[in-house]
Amino acid sequence: MASRTAARQPVNPLKSFFVGNEPMTNGLWGMVFFIFSEIMFFSGLIAAYLALREDALEWAPLIEGVYDHHAILEAEFRPVFFTILLVASSIPMQLAAFAIRKGNRGGMKLGMLVVMVIGTAFLLNQAVEWMHADFAIGDGPYSATFYLLTGFHGAHVLGGLLFIAFLWMRSYLGHFDAHRNTAVEAATMYWHFVGAVWILVFSLLFLA
Amino acid sequence: MATLAGTVPTGYAGGRAQVLLDWLTTVDHKKIGIMYVVAAGVFGLVGGALSLVVRTELIETGAIMGADTYNQMFTMHASIMLFLFIMPVATGFANYVVPLQIGALDMAFPRINALSLWIFLFGGILMLSAFAFDGGAAAAGWTAYPPISSNTAGNIQPAGVGMDLWLVGVIALGVASTAGGLNFLVTIFKMRAPGMTMFRMPMFTWTVLVTAFLVVLATPVLASALILLFADRNGAGGVFFDPATGGQSILWQNLFWFYSHPAVYIMILPPMGIVSEVLPVFSRKPLFGYRAFVMATVGIGLLSFIVWAHHMFTTGGVFLPFFMASTFLIGIPTGVKMFNWMATMHKGSLHFNTAMLFAVGFVMLFLIGGITGVFHAAVPVDFALHDTYFVVGHLHYVLATGAAFGIFAASYFWFPKMFGRFLNEGLGKIHFWSMFIGTNMIFWPQLMLGLDGMPRRINDYADNPGWELMNQIATVGAFVAMVGAVIFLFNVVHSIYWGEKCEEDNPWDAGTLEWATTSPPPVYNFDRLPRVRSERPVFDERHGLGAYASSEGESPPQTSS
Repeated sequence: MASRTAARQPVNPLKSFFVGNEPMTNGLWGMVFFIFSEIMFFSGLIAAYLALREDALEWAPLIEGVYDHHAILEAEFRPVFFTILLVASSIPMQLAAFAIRKGNRGGMKLGMLVVMVIGTAFLLNQAVEWMHADFAIGDGPYSATFYLLTGFHGAHVLGGLLFIAFLWMRSYLGHFDAHRNTAVEAATMYWHFVGAVWILVFSLLFLA
Repeated sequence: MATLAGTVPTGYAGGRAQVLLDWLTTVDHKKIGIMYVVAAGVFGLVGGALSLVVRTELIETGAIMGADTYNQMFTMHASIMLFLFIMPVATGFANYVVPLQIGALDMAFPRINALSLWIFLFGGILMLSAFAFDGGAAAAGWTAYPPISSNTAGNIQPAGVGMDLWLVGVIALGVASTAGGLNFLVTIFKMRAPGMTMFRMPMFTWTVLVTAFLVVLATPVLASALILLFADRNGAGGVFFDPATGGQSILWQNLFWFYSHPAVYIMILPPMGIVSEVLPVFSRKPLFGYRAFVMATVGIGLLSFIVWAHHMFTTGGVFLPFFMASTFLIGIPTGVKMFNWMATMHKGSLHFNTAMLFAVGFVMLFLIGGITGVFHAAVPVDFALHDTYFVVGHLHYVLATGAAFGIFAASYFWFPKMFGRFLNEGLGKIHFWSMFIGTNMIFWPQLMLGLDGMPRRINDYADNPGWELMNQIATVGAFVAMVGAVIFLFNVVHSIYWGEKCEEDNPWDAGTLEWATTSPPPVYNFDRLPRVRSERPVFDERHGLGAYASSEGESPPQTSS
């Protein structure tokens, strides 16, 4: 029924921004439901984090003198910088989607390239973070939740980057135009999700 | 697969190898559905065999096998039956039937559908492969409570990779079912034929829709818990769940049951949908209270997310009044369904073939499972019955005589559509009665043993008056039921090749769209679709009710009350 009535529906500004004015394709619906399942996955991890933290006497690495996230945040601007960078990379990704909606494949590729550079930089910074962290995963709840939350978020960033890189390469085969761009829209949605999760994870690990 | 494949006319010149390759690479929802059902059936036989081992151990006081072996047996029996039999077999029927029922060509994402099947097989084999390693398979119960399941020395779970293989296997199965759930959601929302509004969908499709929501929202939470437990056992040193190292075992229970209570409805809702298809057809009446039934299904789905902690009443870490009240509420939509089914049969022209017998058996025995569930919802009763055989009896009345009976009803009901031949009715009746008598012989004594205080998950029990007799009745019942299962297996294999041919599209005079195409359907399902103007388009067409339909898509006079 949706396809028959879609043309007559008033424009929904939110939908129009995120997925354009054409009817939602099956693939986009699939991505929406997939993101719901991902939200539930991170909810499980974050629930574990909150439960352990609630119960802990002191929330810091149990070994004295090692890297502590509050200390590192006071000393360095780096974690905040890369957080801003990752969240801001949603903008070039959305611009890439806007470009392909108008059929501008060059603009899309440029946007994706920027996203891939930023995403890679973010992952490299995570590697630096892990090298700084001179505690092991088994040292206590602080370290275990730190590695699992950043690790699974990093894996999702990597997954998003591979997704975008794959689309970027496909565009050289002449794929995607103003009407056939579901995968680009889906990747954009996913990238927004990855950024949003990082805001939550960063707030919990570094700020709270 | 080769034997199965040989029966389907494919028209390939390449012979058996080509047919096999065709099945292994297919993205057709009907072939994937059949492979799901066959694979789950094989796993189900393994799970059934393990239950016989468990029952044999309990035939008399005194241990026959070691406690460790026994722990592996009941753990793997439960894990196989839940994750590798009931869930995938329902997924298989849903795969086959739902696209047909909504008049679609295929699932929304056929390749993801195939991926789900193969990940499911991979996860299942991974879980079972643990028997080949030192230390054997998982032995911590299907609930895998830490610290039983952690790798601290001297634990119940023996050292070795069994538990880890179980964890990784269940994660793989979770990925498969989440991908399948996404697929069903998009298929049902976006692939319906013209005229097939939400409130004209067949009831089985409705239950699969609600189930898919539960799968997509609950399974990832289990995945997160499994990953944390895996980390706990491999490097994180038990900081999450092992109390000995500062973890919280109740955290595992919360995360686990946040999935595993909705999982009960993931397992029971599709069989409820199957019964709601079978009962009207063989009562020659439309389903009583279609909209009420839909609302009840949605209601069960919503409530399932706020009742999980009723599994944890005795831990002391639960706000009892809330979870008691919410659990009692589940009885209301379930009761609505019971009345729907009974009112559907009331004054109907009943035809008791095997599919109908299993559907009626479901209604009868699921009632026992449901009511014993309401007992547990009451906190004082639960405190007395927790971890006794009463729980075992309750859950088997829900799953073995509920979900499994629904699956058998589906097998007899849709077999002619799948293979163009009927299952043998005579063997079917023997199958039904041995199952009906056998399962009641197992589970009714278990309820009584539970009231008498016999704890579950033990390989030996005290020599209390009557316990041995009750256990012996249950053990004999297990073998009686297994005879029924073997007869069913023979019936399936025999009927695929030599069963009575079904030449008609609609042998049962049913009303839903899967009966509007040939038996078995062509690759793309439909040459033509009837006009869909009610929830029974095929019935409407046969009886000329389609004439009521106007071009605006208004409903004809309601065919259900």
